[in-house]
Amino acid sequence: MAEKLTIVVHSGDMDKIYSTLIIANGALSMGMEASLFFTFWGLQRLQKGGLEKGPLSKMHFLGIGKSMIKKRMNRANLTSLEKLIRDFIELGGKIIACEMTMEIMGIKKEDLREDLITDYGAVGTYIQEAKESTINLFI
Amino acid sequence: MSEIKIDCRGETCPVPLVETRKAIRKASPGDIIEITGTHPASKKEIPMAVKALGLKLLDVKEEGGEWTIKIQR
Repeated sequence: MAEKLTIVVHSGDMDKIYSTLIIANGALSMGMEASLFFTFWGLQRLQKGGLEKGPLSKMHFLGIGKSMIKKRMNRANLTSLEKLIRDFIELGGKIIACEMTMEIMGIKKEDLREDLITDYGAVGTYIQEAKESTINLFI
Repeated sequence: MSEIKIDCRGETCPVPLVETRKAIRKASPGDIIEITGTHPASKKEIPMAVKALGLKLLDVKEEGGEWTIKIQR
């Protein structure tokens, strides 16, 4: 069985979603399996139209900081979160949506990008994934 | 046996690595994949991925900041 990476995606900040997807795509590219467990603020990024909507984790400044960083990202030709998440799915990555967060935040399945979600689960599903992973991160 | 060419010039992390992996998945055993790019870290990292995947690295060339890597699936 291939080695595996699991990440708890707790943050919904744009820069941290970038880190998550870049690391996860790197793992898949190096021949590992990868599972992302989206919970709390992270799960909001899986809402329809929500992927690019996260604030910056630092220096957001009501969106001014984010738009400055976005400009620099475009200049450096950084790829979009949408392409990264599509590549992640194409390379066989798994996305798990936290059911407890859905309940707390009143998010329904039809509010989410169901095309991206492999499975719905709670802590047991995460532990099951994490215990067979060689790399395990919380972002 | 066919030869697949990927152009990642101007693309940055992690696109060259991801595009390489996508091409490898689509290729048949024996196929040759040639990636061209300009992102410096990818020139080191694509050979690392090739090794991790147990494939054959045929050639790494660089000229004027543009590198070409050849892999056999």
